[in-house]
Amino acid sequence: MAEIQIKGVAKSFGSFKALHSIDLTIADQEFMVLLGASGCGKTTLLRIIAGLESPTQGEVWIGGRRVDQLPPRERGIAMVFQNYAVFPHLTVYENIAFGLRMKKMPQAEVERRVTRTAELMHIEQLLKRYSGQLSGGQRQRVAVARALAMEPDVILMDEPLSNLDALLRLEMRAELKGVLANSKTTTIYVTHDQVEAMSLADRISVMNGGRIVQAASPVEVYRNPAARFVGSFIGNPPMNFLPARRNGDGRYHVAGIALDGPPKGGPELEFAIRPEDLTVAPGGLKATARVIEPLGAHTLVTTEVDGALFRAIVDSDIRIAPGDELSLMPKPDRVRWFDPETSQAVTA
Amino acid sequence: MTAATVAAEDKPRAVSDIGVAGRFLFWTSVVLLCAWVLVPIYLLFVNTFSSPQEVTAFPKTGVPSFDMGSVNFFLSFTGVLKALWNSVLVAVLTMLLSIGIGAPAGYALSRFEFPGKATFRMLVLMTRAFPLPLLALPIAVMFIRIGLDDTPLGLALVHTTLAIPFAVLVTFSIFSGIPIELEEAAWTLGCNRLQAFQKVVMPLVLPGITASAIFAFTISWNEVFAAAVLTVENRTLTAFLLQSLSVSPLHLRFAGGAALVVPALVFIFAVRKYMFAMWGIANR
Repeated sequence: MAEIQIKGVAKSFGSFKALHSIDLTIADQEFMVLLGASGCGKTTLLRIIAGLESPTQGEVWIGGRRVDQLPPRERGIAMVFQNYAVFPHLTVYENIAFGLRMKKMPQAEVERRVTRTAELMHIEQLLKRYSGQLSGGQRQRVAVARALAMEPDVILMDEPLSNLDALLRLEMRAELKGVLANSKTTTIYVTHDQVEAMSLADRISVMNGGRIVQAASPVEVYRNPAARFVGSFIGNPPMNFLPARRNGDGRYHVAGIALDGPPKGGPELEFAIRPEDLTVAPGGLKATARVIEPLGAHTLVTTEVDGALFRAIVDSDIRIAPGDELSLMPKPDRVRWFDPETSQAVTA
Repeated sequence: MTAATVAAEDKPRAVSDIGVAGRFLFWTSVVLLCAWVLVPIYLLFVNTFSSPQEVTAFPKTGVPSFDMGSVNFFLSFTGVLKALWNSVLVAVLTMLLSIGIGAPAGYALSRFEFPGKATFRMLVLMTRAFPLPLLALPIAVMFIRIGLDDTPLGLALVHTTLAIPFAVLVTFSIFSGIPIELEEAAWTLGCNRLQAFQKVVMPLVLPGITASAIFAFTISWNEVFAAAVLTVENRTLTAFLLQSLSVSPLHLRFAGGAALVVPALVFIFAVRKYMFAMWGIANR
């Protein structure tokens, strides 16, 4: 059992507040992704859990044990670093065995674990090499194997794929997911890549400005963003936003059309819709097409609605030219509303 | 000439394409650089291993006769072996002290943020701002008071202050070249700070530390002023030679010069592998 509890963790670097009182519980064997732009505090939070950084206040619990005062080696964690941190003066074998030797494990057990994890990561033919003789992808595999060999309660990963090229990243992503699911460890994975987050996570914690904005399953984060930031950060292209005003009839008017809003909403809200939740149909938002980008199965149309940028993904059969007037109909069940004051989602 | 041909020629030529003039320049530079180092050493050794008559004779043969007369006389000269031993002792002490004190300071500068860090770096360099002649007399007086005068340790302390700015700044840049993540990885894999240093940082910085140790050794080995002022009975070789060779015949001066050069050459030769070794390249 290695449930992780983060209670009121805050971190300041001088006068800069990197983390504002974070509360988060990560279930045993859960794959949690911390997602956010650079400087949002995600790596700081990971390093606090690892013990490489100490929190200014708050507590960290791993497996029912308070660990925030313990050094990294006593926390039952293993970490994979962005730049791999494979020891250059040791062979791949000795790199993987490093932590096991520190635990004074018998040689037979070291041998067994190194062989097993090397096979798991497909690096058994590289065991005699040094890190200088490995490619980036191979070094990454060594770093993951070294962490897995420890059989830790928790594996912490700090943007492990960001230094790999696109194709390799795709391959490693799928492989990591399989390996980590079988290892039955709790995983915390930091990334700024939303596709990586979506494809790997059981749950995503979206972070912004030192706060967790939303912690939910990938589909939930995508479909029901808890805040405007989540909608604008996740999805490529991101969500569209338009101002909406409630009229005397109780309906919200958005760029000339009237929609049913949330009953508890204020007089002014922000209307939001994902580009793929729009269809070209009469009676919708009046849009002027500006840029047409055919993507094969779909066409991405960048339009202007009421002077604001507005993107739609439409069927590629529909012929559109720049300058055309379109009517974009939002799917009613996919429309989301945000409070323009607090930026928080307003639900029914 | 048309624009097209200009464009075609407007790129650097490959090194293999160099013309006769280029090749001439290259080899001339190589020969000159080698001569710069080797000719003085050669002349020193030819004259050291020649009989006193040959040293002053003309024309020169350029080939040593391996007459060991000068060398034997020099080595049997009272005080030479003791001075040689003192020089080695002082240089080794200087090397140990300056690395022992300088390397931890370099590590701290590279890994920790502390108040006054910039001032500290400045102060380390400032120790070289005071010329040794200015300091030598007060130091001599102070050493006499506390009984450190005329001892290898006392001289090694002075040499250490000369070598330490280099030791601190060189080791600082060496430690900065080791990514902190390597240490952090070691911490997460069960090491405490000291173990991570021993098992990960130490093997990686050893070549650089060796180089800066050699530097400290040669600073002490070559230093003559403080050695001449601070020692009387326990002279180092440089101070001893300065005192006695100015009144010696030419062939003995050559023998003395060789005695100064040989240990330094042997020492550098012995540790050269650590200077040039890069992980995964030269050592494997």
